[in-house]
Amino acid sequence: MVENRPVLNVITHLVLIIGIVIVALPIWITFVASTHDAVRMTQAPIPMLPGTHFWENFSQTLLGSGLSGTETAPVWRMLLNSLTMALMIALGKIAISLISAFAIVYFKFPFRMLFFWLIFVTLMLPVEVRILPTFEVVADLGMLNSYWGLSIPLIASATATFMFRQVFLTIPDEMLESARIDGAGPLRFFWDILIPLSRTNIAALFVILFIYGWNQYLWPLLITTDTDMTTIVMSIKQMLEAAEQSPQWNIIMMTALLAMLPPVFVVVAMQKLFVQGLTETDK
Amino acid sequence: MASITLKDLVKAYGDTEVLHHVEGEISDGEFIVVVGPSGCGKSTLLRMVAGLETVTSGTICIGDKVVNQLEPADRDIAMVFQNYALYPHMSVRENMAYGLKIRKISKDEIARRVEEAADILELRPYLERKPRQLSGGQRQRVAMGRAIVRNPQVFLFDEPLSNLDAKLRVQMRLEIRKLQQRLGVTSIYVTHDQVEAMTLGDRLMVLNGGYVEQFGTPIELYDRPATTFVAGFIGSPAMNFLPATVSAGMATLGNGARLANAGAANGAVTLGIRPEHLLQDDAGPVRVTVELVEQLGANSLLHGKLEGTDIEMVVSQPGHMSAAAGTVMGFVPANGALHLFHAETGKRIEP
Repeated sequence: MVENRPVLNVITHLVLIIGIVIVALPIWITFVASTHDAVRMTQAPIPMLPGTHFWENFSQTLLGSGLSGTETAPVWRMLLNSLTMALMIALGKIAISLISAFAIVYFKFPFRMLFFWLIFVTLMLPVEVRILPTFEVVADLGMLNSYWGLSIPLIASATATFMFRQVFLTIPDEMLESARIDGAGPLRFFWDILIPLSRTNIAALFVILFIYGWNQYLWPLLITTDTDMTTIVMSIKQMLEAAEQSPQWNIIMMTALLAMLPPVFVVVAMQKLFVQGLTETDK
Repeated sequence: MASITLKDLVKAYGDTEVLHHVEGEISDGEFIVVVGPSGCGKSTLLRMVAGLETVTSGTICIGDKVVNQLEPADRDIAMVFQNYALYPHMSVRENMAYGLKIRKISKDEIARRVEEAADILELRPYLERKPRQLSGGQRQRVAMGRAIVRNPQVFLFDEPLSNLDAKLRVQMRLEIRKLQQRLGVTSIYVTHDQVEAMTLGDRLMVLNGGYVEQFGTPIELYDRPATTFVAGFIGSPAMNFLPATVSAGMATLGNGARLANAGAANGAVTLGIRPEHLLQDDAGPVRVTVELVEQLGANSLLHGKLEGTDIEMVVSQPGHMSAAAGTVMGFVPANGALHLFHAETGKRIEP
């Protein structure tokens, strides 16, 4: 649609600018808050322009003990925990979904469709719904306070399985037949043909799943008691209620800022593949 | 190099039989074209030879080995698919080398064979490109190259030219034929295009509804079609069919016209005359009411109806010709150009 009407241009820009302001203002406030000292942040009105304490807050948050007067782990440790958990969830989900989609699309076995629908039905059972039995299982297996406990219960994924199934269905049958004539067995076909062909979809899914894993709140809260295993997302909430003192907004906001960075980095780095993966249809 | 023998071959999906007792002997180095309308089972037949479809009953031999139970990779065949089925993420070189790599052939040998095939197919400059950077004709060549490097006993082609434009199709058709003659590899080629079939095949297998209608050289099929189906399928424009009654060598058409030299048949028959075998003769017995004339330059196609009936007829005349719609023109069949078929079974009646 190509139109050239000045009034319309002004209006569209206005709408876009309003949208950006709505989205960006909280992030700006977070940034501003992380550049002032604790005292300034308790005074009204809250500042709208950056202060001078950025590096001080930065080093205290990232390397120091975070909130003064508490015994929490340093934020770098939490970032590491979150990163490990998010990576394990994202990569684990991708690996399992690829294999199960491969089985469902390319192999004929008894009750194939039943299994497919069983996987599909688990869409209705996110962690929050099955949280008690899952906790019980994880506790019995002795996986509390471990990376395994943080990630394994979240790894099975109906969404990703379904998506890879759709991707595989778009790959023409001749590709498989051609590979068979070339002498490629099922695993060879999987590695040499299917994985490279779903590369962009894997990347797109990785972005979504990484952020999903990174944003986990309830599950880590439940199964980690050790401060060394705290993830960054849950720590933000804990900082708010820490030790019966008024919230140290500068430190909390700095933590929030740091928590935002890795997902942003992942999205920016994989943006091209991400868009390709969601829009590309021809194989 | 090998011969192929199909013995009493049947394919059924559940209770539906799609191929009925196909028999065929293909000798070493022969180029066989399997031709028929869509849904006649020609691709199924090819895929059974390739090992991509199971055999319900009967046997397929390549050389003197029964291959019914062998995996496609173990049958020593190569197949060119309609959509080429090139691996989109591999370069032309990798595409051609993939099958050899799996067979654990040494790197030097692979490189030698790929380059040799690339030279034959004039693909040298494109070896490092991805399939999507190639034109339709080039992709087609890569698919051929993938078959050649394997050095197989049998080539299988599944309508390899149907995705190309008309001009390229004619060109590739010639190239495929030359290549096959040069390599001398036994080939089975499936197509629905009768011109392609006529020009390519040493012999043609005409399939209809899962039955082999006729298996012979293009000229045999043209001169002595075994059934009305083959007669109508081979040759362009298609043969004219006129219901007639024959007695004592004279055929009487529906409108009362009488034709001589109708052979030994007796009773109700279907009379076949090819459009190019009708010669203009004002006193001729076959009288056609003209509806439309198509001028093709080298010849003219006259569409009309047998006078006094609703039977559609096409007549092909050399050179230019014009006739107003509604005029009636007379034609006489060329000597020996009448084909007689049984009125019910459609089987050929030898004169």
